[in-house]
Amino acid sequence: MNAKLVDRIATVVFYLITFLIVGILIGLIGFILYRGVQVIDWEFITEAPGSLLTGGGGVGPQLFNSFYLLVLTMLITIPLGLGGGIYMAEYAKPGRITQMIRTSIEVLSSLPSIVVGLFGLLVFVQYTGWGFSLIAGALALTVFNLPLMVRIVEQALTAVPREQKEAALALGITHWQTILRVLLPAALPGIVTGTILAAGRVFGEAAALMFTAGMTSPMIDFTDWNPASPTSPLNPFRPASTLAVHIWKVNAESIVADAKEVASGASALLVIAVLIFNLFARWLGRFIHARLTSSSKA
Amino acid sequence: MADKIVVHDFNLYYGENQALKDIELNIEEKKVTALIGPSGCGKSTFLRSINRMNDLIPGVRTTGSIKIDGKNVYSEEQDLVLLRKHVGMVFQQPNPFPLSIYDNIAYGPRIHGIKDRKKLDEIVERTLTQANLWDEVKDRLHSSALGLSGGQQQRLVIARVLAVQPDVILMDEPASALDPISTERLEELIIQLKEEYTIVIVTHNMQQAARVSDMTAFFLNGEIIEYSETNRLFTNPSDSRTEDYISGRFG
Repeated sequence: MNAKLVDRIATVVFYLITFLIVGILIGLIGFILYRGVQVIDWEFITEAPGSLLTGGGGVGPQLFNSFYLLVLTMLITIPLGLGGGIYMAEYAKPGRITQMIRTSIEVLSSLPSIVVGLFGLLVFVQYTGWGFSLIAGALALTVFNLPLMVRIVEQALTAVPREQKEAALALGITHWQTILRVLLPAALPGIVTGTILAAGRVFGEAAALMFTAGMTSPMIDFTDWNPASPTSPLNPFRPASTLAVHIWKVNAESIVADAKEVASGASALLVIAVLIFNLFARWLGRFIHARLTSSSKA
Repeated sequence: MADKIVVHDFNLYYGENQALKDIELNIEEKKVTALIGPSGCGKSTFLRSINRMNDLIPGVRTTGSIKIDGKNVYSEEQDLVLLRKHVGMVFQQPNPFPLSIYDNIAYGPRIHGIKDRKKLDEIVERTLTQANLWDEVKDRLHSSALGLSGGQQQRLVIARVLAVQPDVILMDEPASALDPISTERLEELIIQLKEEYTIVIVTHNMQQAARVSDMTAFFLNGEIIEYSETNRLFTNPSDSRTEDYISGRFG
């Protein structure tokens, strides 16, 4: 066979693979949305679930919990992840200890989520005495997300051209100022992408949350925004089921009358929420990047 | 003329490899000193030893001394940040920050504590004028520095160095990424700058060394083979290896 023909075949094969992947994705999302959109209405988005036997109601608290858990997790993950990533990229010296840290991070990121869930149950739920709570869920999710975040921050920092770093150091700028004012702004787009990936796992995770944040949501009062109040949606020490956990739960407990509808609607809502979050995060990343790198206003 | 930089018995090792051997060099104040030699001869390594940029590379070890104004930069008390404020550096690739032209210049002064807007404006205008760039960019100070041509970027970087008020400027093949016209403008700038600054320049281009420098050091395999006035080194070298190199027999 001549090289030209092989080249052409290879091109066609790669196109086909791409179309296949995109096709599967469109089919999957289309199916979820088609099934779900019929269920979603204002009541579904805002109301609490109805009773087990009668069905009805919505997934309002679960939707709120998903986002709130995301915020809590990111509040813990982002500072720790930045710190770890900066250490690995800028301070860790090549050697056996660094290698050991790297291996540990990799092991941590490949732990099965059910194992992390059981670990969370033991440590964050029982040992601390918090019980099933948002904070326990957020900490368990941090266990997953931290390695991802550290790796992404490290890669984003090391991808900044060496010339930029040398330019800053050669101006008599300290290492820390160089990291803060030159490296981090330049690495920001990569860090944002990483944050989105990590956030996606928060939205989608169920196994680790069943044992930590719990599978139920108590009555919460959306007019009470005092985080210390037990019925406040902001109270981090209340149990909370997220959308993903709720989907699992209504399907597992077959007595729920309208389990199918709730599952379809919640799935579609989850997909839409992730999509909106991704678009927003990308926009925010671009906005901050533009602010940091273009001129400051006179 | 006073000696600004005095190098005595300076050796540098990358791990087991000796990159610089027994360097002895007196660099005069407010002169341009050129370092020439074939690739890998150690001239850039030596340049980066003067502001201790080699410290960034793991496994580098040095012996001997480099004294600037009588103070050894390799002594224990040497503050690296202070050293690099006094010894500015211009790199081979123009490396402006991805910021506006104004913010690139104001970067160093801001971090070193100047907040006053008027003062910063004054520094930006003065240094850009010194770098022969003011007229070209004065109407777009707040647009991105990455939109400038390579030659303009390199002059911007020089202005950025001038803004932290160094008295020595190290240049590591500053014209190697520039076209001939930009190179000519850069060379004019270097000759202007020696009125106020001590300049050490590494270059591959021997015509360039001959045009801009007062003194020239010829490096080979980590040693200085010959160091003398530029005119004499190029017209009447005393070492046969220098002659071979400048007449293009190797390197």
